[in-house]
Amino acid sequence: MQDLSSRKEIVILIFITVGIIFLIRLFYIQVIDDSYKLSAENNVLRYVTEYPARGLVYDRNGKVMVYNQPAYDLMVIPKHVKTLDTLDFCNLIDITKDEFLVKLKKAKRYSYYKPSIFQEQLNSETYAALQEKMYKFDGFLVYNRSLRKYPYNAAASLLGYINEVSGRIIEKDSYYSSGDYIGASGVEKSYEKELRGKKGVKVFMVDVFNRVKSSFREGAHDTLPEPGTNLKSTIDIELQQLGEKLMKNKRGSLVAIEPSTGEILAMVTSPTYDPNLLVGRVRSENYLKLQRDTLVPLFNRALMAQYPPGSIFKLVQALIALQEKAITPQTMFTCNKRLVNCHNHPYPLDVFGSIQHSCNPYYYMVFKRILNQGKSSNIFIDTEIGFAKWREHIGNFGLGQRLGVDILSEQRGNIPTIEYYDKIYGRRHWKFETVYSLGIGQGEILVVPLQMANLAAIFANRGYYITPHVIKKNNSDMDIHYTKIEEKYFNLVADAMAEVVMRGTARRAQVDSITVCGKTGTAENPHGEDHSVFIAFAPKYNPQIAVSVYVENSGFGGTWAAPIASLIIEKYLTRRLSNQAKLNRILEADFIHKTAEPN
Amino acid sequence: MRKGISLIDSIDWGIIVIYLVLVLMGWANIYAAVYSEEHQSIFDFSQSYGKQLIWILTAIVIAIAVLATDRQFFVAFGFPIYVLMMLALVAVLIFGKEIGGSKSWFVFGAFSFQPAEFAKFATCMAVAKYLSLLNIKISNLKTKLVCMTLIAIPLGLILLQGDAGSALVYLSFVFLMYREGLSGNFLLAGLFAIILFIVTLVLQDTTINLPFEIVVSGKSVLVTVLALISSLILIPFIKNRSNRGGFTMLRDVSVVVVITLILSVSFIYSVDYVFDEVLSDHQRSRINELLAIKSDPKGAGYNVNQSKIAIGSGGMFGKGYLQGTQTKFDFVPEQSTDFIFCTVGEEWGFLGSFVVISLFITFLIKIILMAERQRSAFSRIFGYGLASIIFFHVAVNIGMTIGLAPVIGIPLPFFSYGGSSLWGFTILLFVFIKLDAYRLDSFR
Repeated sequence: MQDLSSRKEIVILIFITVGIIFLIRLFYIQVIDDSYKLSAENNVLRYVTEYPARGLVYDRNGKVMVYNQPAYDLMVIPKHVKTLDTLDFCNLIDITKDEFLVKLKKAKRYSYYKPSIFQEQLNSETYAALQEKMYKFDGFLVYNRSLRKYPYNAAASLLGYINEVSGRIIEKDSYYSSGDYIGASGVEKSYEKELRGKKGVKVFMVDVFNRVKSSFREGAHDTLPEPGTNLKSTIDIELQQLGEKLMKNKRGSLVAIEPSTGEILAMVTSPTYDPNLLVGRVRSENYLKLQRDTLVPLFNRALMAQYPPGSIFKLVQALIALQEKAITPQTMFTCNKRLVNCHNHPYPLDVFGSIQHSCNPYYYMVFKRILNQGKSSNIFIDTEIGFAKWREHIGNFGLGQRLGVDILSEQRGNIPTIEYYDKIYGRRHWKFETVYSLGIGQGEILVVPLQMANLAAIFANRGYYITPHVIKKNNSDMDIHYTKIEEKYFNLVADAMAEVVMRGTARRAQVDSITVCGKTGTAENPHGEDHSVFIAFAPKYNPQIAVSVYVENSGFGGTWAAPIASLIIEKYLTRRLSNQAKLNRILEADFIHKTAEPN
Repeated sequence: MRKGISLIDSIDWGIIVIYLVLVLMGWANIYAAVYSEEHQSIFDFSQSYGKQLIWILTAIVIAIAVLATDRQFFVAFGFPIYVLMMLALVAVLIFGKEIGGSKSWFVFGAFSFQPAEFAKFATCMAVAKYLSLLNIKISNLKTKLVCMTLIAIPLGLILLQGDAGSALVYLSFVFLMYREGLSGNFLLAGLFAIILFIVTLVLQDTTINLPFEIVVSGKSVLVTVLALISSLILIPFIKNRSNRGGFTMLRDVSVVVVITLILSVSFIYSVDYVFDEVLSDHQRSRINELLAIKSDPKGAGYNVNQSKIAIGSGGMFGKGYLQGTQTKFDFVPEQSTDFIFCTVGEEWGFLGSFVVISLFITFLIKIILMAERQRSAFSRIFGYGLASIIFFHVAVNIGMTIGLAPVIGIPLPFFSYGGSSLWGFTILLFVFIKLDAYRLDSFR
């Protein structure tokens, strides 16, 4: 039998081997690898978030529309708060002891370990006074932030505002932590990712009194914040300012687009507010005030208000009828006021004349021809076929749908559907006579001012549009939308629109030396006086600007909307205003306090 | 006892000193692990260090009692004690209380007692008793089977309690059996099985891209490699075919290789089955974590990750006694029981780790050397059993705190908080010290 006692050596060898393996491993994780130490040092290290500068926004000519100014947020980490001289502290930042307790409680509710805002946006003096005594207040620290500043006091709704990020968003998006700011509306919201940049972190060593001692390993673990991207807007800030001035004391909106690019030159909603009101400590107070204002200044009418298009819709009807061969340019109809009411003008008219004089019975007939093209002997089925075709064309004009502008609050307007009428009247129980008011832009049709400006751009481009936008895009990112209507018909409509301004309903829109093409509208409004509507583009050939103007409850389109549009057009094309009387008349008009001159 | 030599003279004081040092170091670290400014008195019996102090004092009483007991008692009652403990293991399954997912505790008021800790001692005695009987040779199949049955019964019962960690401890008896003549191939086979197990799991979801857009699973590659290695082993023997002896060798080797191959392949495919069907979720995730197959530092990997952070942050010399930050703020769960080694690593650094590990290895070697000097086979085998059990505990416990072994909650002998475990190890050790004191008296 072999001597088994020698096996003790094998067993001992195994024991020693395991011991050595453990020691090597321990030597590695305890002495060589320092990543574990870094994790453990969380307790002595203070991670201070470095906020990047939010991106600036420039207008199309390189003027700054939004920039940043420094501000100081007082933060608290409840876990680190020790007994402190509350009275001294409260006096320093000018709050009561009760407020102090409420704020601390709120911070604790969020987190014991993560910093949350205690008092936002201290001014520089308070900050300086506080900074000296900071060592007495364990658990409190100051973050350098920046506030938005708007040098032109304009384009408030368009640019939007930033506010403190909500708990719901913090939960969903790990980028944000309590006290961060996030774009809440307008460009600030839709371009949040570009504007916000990337946060950095600075690591400091702190002593037992939580005072910063030194930067940790000379900043080896720090990351620098990456500033937000500066954006170049398509807005012409001076044009925007003029637009806001012209629309002052009026309810309504003004949108101007460069037809060839879809770039929005101005987007005015009125009444508006000073964007600087929604910045800093005064923000929440002012926000409440604006929210309660009966004139709803926070409501961006240019994108969200929905109106009937009125007579302007006749242009679209004419184009669809021509393309559908329902009429020819020479088709004449008499002004039969038994069909639908009209004003006095010569008749019978052809397409050109009908636009110039905005004849209602003419478009009653046009719409009847579009809907009833004789495709079926059944009048109901025929109407349904015609309506479907009509609606398809309307869709190509960007109506009844969101255009996809780069501001998120856009409304879609309304173009009624076959299903809508089927539901009301029953399937195939309605015909042209049921829906005839659509023919002159009344009835269920609703459009938003941006869509109307876009319509003007389509006329200017003679048949297509590029998705309107407020921040510059690369040419490759622009998507062109074509209507399926031939250019020759658009030329006819452009001729008629020029005539409207020269000798028709919009003579107030004339601008010296520039051929303005326009069309007035008077949108009926069940709540009061009609809305004055006007769309235009100029010059007639190679158009540079397309405009839509809505002035609520101000009556006929030619009276107020047309001259406002002409001033915008003149300013944009010539950079000056030649007709001082026209300007004064507009500036003095006040439809909110009812002191407008009728003529 | 031989006349003229007192017990005091004949017991091995060296091992007792190591024992006392380990127990006191353990206690100091338990104190550090739960130390807080509110509870500073070492006699605060509401805290685990206060209770552990009672366990230590009672353990010393037990140790003295064991030394005072007649050695014949342990030799004679090896089997009855074993039977009694097995009955206790069955009873705990019926009457026991479930704590932390395993039904392994008897609870009498404030005092709870874990029979599995004492079953190790009983099994150790029974195996020693059986193997030391005359005419017992481990090379006999019957001996092996009886021996394995003695081990398998407590293993199975503890497994039924849901305490996989304590059950696995019984595998350590392979060292004891090896010393008593079990073929070394069993150790090698065990090692081979562990390696195959790991490789199979690591390759589980891997695919390997071969030329000509052939994609094969990692497992089939493993099988192919195994087959290739086996045939390579065979080649040298084929050359020696002319030699008649070589031919017989060739036959033998072929048989061994083919059997190994078949076993390996079936093992590989059974690993998946065992892994997916037999193991519980938390066992699976712990293995996944250990092998870095799937990582989840806030879930299954939390303990190990925090434990490594605590140990790693200790550096060369540690943060100083009671200065550990990770351990203070309860970052590491089970700090005073299964993860007590973290406190050592954090507060005493690599130096402390080195001292503790060296102490344990010295302790183990000393036990082996003591076992070898026994004339009585029973004493020797018992000594090996003691060393095997302690070795397994130390290796797995420290291994899991540094990410080298899966987390299978077993205590660090003498260190971890807990009365049953301290008493169990103390009885095991002191019975052996008692046996050793009489080493010159008997040949059996």
